[in-house]
Amino acid sequence: MRSLWAIGLALLLGSAQAALTDVTLDNGMRVIVHEDRRAPVMVSQVWYRAGSMDEFNGTTGVAHVLEHMMFKGTKNVPPGEFSKRIAAAGGRENAFTSRDYTAYFQQMQKDRLALSMQLEADRMANLVISDELFAKEIQVVMEERRLRTDDQPQSVLVERLMATAYQAHPYRRPIIGWMDDLQNMTAQDARDWYARWYAPNNATLVVAGDVKADEVIALAKQYFSALPAGALPERRPQAEPAQVGVKRIVVKASAQLPYLLMAWHAPTLKDWAQDTTPYALQILAGVLSGNDSARLQTSLVKMQQIAVNASAGYDAVSRGPGMFMIDATPAPGKSVDTLEKAIRNELERVQREGISEAELARVKAQVIAADVYQRDSLFYQAMQLGEYVTAGLPPAALAGRVGKLRAVTAAEVQAAAQQWLQDDRLSVAELDPQPLDAQPARANVPGVRHAN
Amino acid sequence: MLINALSIKALSINALAIKTMLIKSFLVALLLSLPLSAQAALAIQHWQTPQGARVFFVESHELPMLDIAVDFPAGSARDPVGKAGLAHLTHGLLDQGAGGLSDTAIAHRLADVGAVLSGRLDRDRAGVTLRTLSSAAEKDKALDILARVLQRPGFPQAVIKREKQRLISSIREAEADPGTVASKAFYRALYGTHPYAHDEAGDPAAIARLTRGDLQAFYRTHYSVPNVVISLMGDVTRAEAEAIAVRLTAGLSRAAALPALPQPAPATASDTRIAHPSTQSHVLVGMVGMARNDPDYFPLFVGNYVLGGGGFDSQLMREVRDKRGYAYSAYSYFLPMSEAGPFQLGLQTKLEQTDDALKVAQATLRQFIAEGPSEAELTQAKSNLTGGFPLRIDSNRKILDYLSVIGFYKLPLDYLDSWVDQVNAVDVAAVKQAFARRVDPDKLVTVVVGTGNAR
Repeated sequence: MRSLWAIGLALLLGSAQAALTDVTLDNGMRVIVHEDRRAPVMVSQVWYRAGSMDEFNGTTGVAHVLEHMMFKGTKNVPPGEFSKRIAAAGGRENAFTSRDYTAYFQQMQKDRLALSMQLEADRMANLVISDELFAKEIQVVMEERRLRTDDQPQSVLVERLMATAYQAHPYRRPIIGWMDDLQNMTAQDARDWYARWYAPNNATLVVAGDVKADEVIALAKQYFSALPAGALPERRPQAEPAQVGVKRIVVKASAQLPYLLMAWHAPTLKDWAQDTTPYALQILAGVLSGNDSARLQTSLVKMQQIAVNASAGYDAVSRGPGMFMIDATPAPGKSVDTLEKAIRNELERVQREGISEAELARVKAQVIAADVYQRDSLFYQAMQLGEYVTAGLPPAALAGRVGKLRAVTAAEVQAAAQQWLQDDRLSVAELDPQPLDAQPARANVPGVRHAN
Repeated sequence: MLINALSIKALSINALAIKTMLIKSFLVALLLSLPLSAQAALAIQHWQTPQGARVFFVESHELPMLDIAVDFPAGSARDPVGKAGLAHLTHGLLDQGAGGLSDTAIAHRLADVGAVLSGRLDRDRAGVTLRTLSSAAEKDKALDILARVLQRPGFPQAVIKREKQRLISSIREAEADPGTVASKAFYRALYGTHPYAHDEAGDPAAIARLTRGDLQAFYRTHYSVPNVVISLMGDVTRAEAEAIAVRLTAGLSRAAALPALPQPAPATASDTRIAHPSTQSHVLVGMVGMARNDPDYFPLFVGNYVLGGGGFDSQLMREVRDKRGYAYSAYSYFLPMSEAGPFQLGLQTKLEQTDDALKVAQATLRQFIAEGPSEAELTQAKSNLTGGFPLRIDSNRKILDYLSVIGFYKLPLDYLDSWVDQVNAVDVAAVKQAFARRVDPDKLVTVVVGTGNAR
């Protein structure tokens, strides 16, 4: 059924937003089509509602490992063939795993959608995980962890901060998994994960581009309808107990500069039409950061010169709990303590005095402009749809986002800052830089001295 | 830099663990190839302003927005001897006070109309880009700021001091990253005394010595009408685009077009090992490669898809990652620049298997140079490149980047129309001959960062 809300809303907002089609197949698979005819191309993404938050201790990282194994062959398509066929058709393909989901995509000329669907439908049901290929690929994943986390001091800091801020909720675990879990992971772990979560009723297909919705739906039925729905396990909320005081950690890592990360537990969007705080927190992040004119940059970097960089971020859309974050690097000669105090001063100023109408208007102007700019990227538009739907929000929440942000008042921003940026919700992590030329500890590669 | 790590949507994107980091090869593919098939040719308009500024324009009214890029041959290769970082600092100061407005006033005025002003700097180019809504009031205000930034940067003394400190901090912060350390060492080993040798960011000690006079002089001689290339993409008419180009260049200096950079000499074989407290070694291998106007461009570009440019479709990825699990990313590319840019092959692997992984990469390269791609491999490469062509021009942003490359590197306007044909014309023999001419496996420059013992 073609939904009409998008058209209505587009007219209201005076934009030329394309219509959206949102249907669910008989086997429970959801199909969302966003028509956009600017270029003769399309992007096709399959989103599984299974990310690292669905993992168990002992097998952290398995969602992401399975993502790697999804390219390693099926009963019908030999290992390596998937990528080869997409490449031969001029396509680009990849996949990504997050805390909330695992998604796979192909970008191709518009007339090659059938190939992408055929291959995705096949690996949704027919994946083969051999012990031999798993043994190679788990090594690749460990290299990925070394590359992205272990050798990046700021990434280590983020990882440890999450493990501190959350004590019960699975967001405490890194997406890539703990190294020890990767070292002990088996092919059967990956098979179990696949059997548990890879089913049409746990998946959403998002297609955007120069396509016709009815043709996309027909193709989706042709390729995916034959796949039976699976019995999905019950999902427990695993709610994080209320924090009872500020938490602080220090992470020592080889680096030249210190770095500070502050994170407050915060709400996320649940009822997009009724909620107000998540929109106010988004505006707050924009007032503090987001561009060169925002408060942290102006005050801490330009005026006081306490930081060389400072920014704030908040993501209102996720399956699990939210977090409002600030990160900063102190200027030479300034301590992390001084920096934290300066950040706190800025936050207290918002809590005490609120924000000006000019600041509010400025952030809203950027929101409105960004909404136009994002239409330049087909991939990003599809990605947003997938994220909203996977987080349990309707596409209407995405279409209504700008209107909601425009309605935020200065008083709501101040109230949100007062209510949520409190010490009892706060975790602070400090990077304590260790000399780069010191002989490093090699605890994670036992028995290895060095390579010649 | 850090803003990306935490900005609203980027938070979740960065938190993703992506299957492959093809980002490097991806970016390079963009730089390398400017394809355009006949059936979807872009109508590129080109003219010079009455003053002589070169302009490239594609008119498109589908989205109510305008993208502009203004580029100068003012990249780090133009740093005077002993002043590594001058190009970077000058470029970074453009929008930090200009035309009678303070840095904060500029930032506020842009934000008020939702405009985004960005900069980019590499060894060849210094560029400023503007993205704005095309509605009259917003566009006019955004262009007013862009014009001030380009024509009347103030280089305030206090801001210079601050930005020097920030620049030096960012360079030092990056020293913790073994990939950055390796890349800097690779260019040093490859280019010796050539201006491509030093890093774009510059040298902290040299930056500390730079004066306001240095910046002003560099600005005057490099950011001039004979040097500028203006690219416009989006929702304006030709007449408006012409007026914008005049407006943006009216106050630029008339300093003469810069001479070409010197030609790099071929590097001698070397093997550099740099200690670093990382869990992985970052391995880079290469030679001086090709310039933008190289006659071997297409054979090298298409051939490299098979060797290490085609991601999972490439020999390096197959040998290093798929077969042996040695690395997450293994790639090769030619980076064509004004003068010969590098040919680079890279991978990262845990310390104890560094030499094994390096041997596999070397053997793969050696065999490719000896035997070339198979017919089937070359056909696959050509199918992907030509079939994937529409993806390369499917957004205003991408088209703008192509316009500025065409303009900056003086590629012929019809170059794109023949691109698919040029790819299709490459055969196995041409690839073999071109690689044999350019890549000598006995004269490779090798850099390994991360081993516990430096050599």
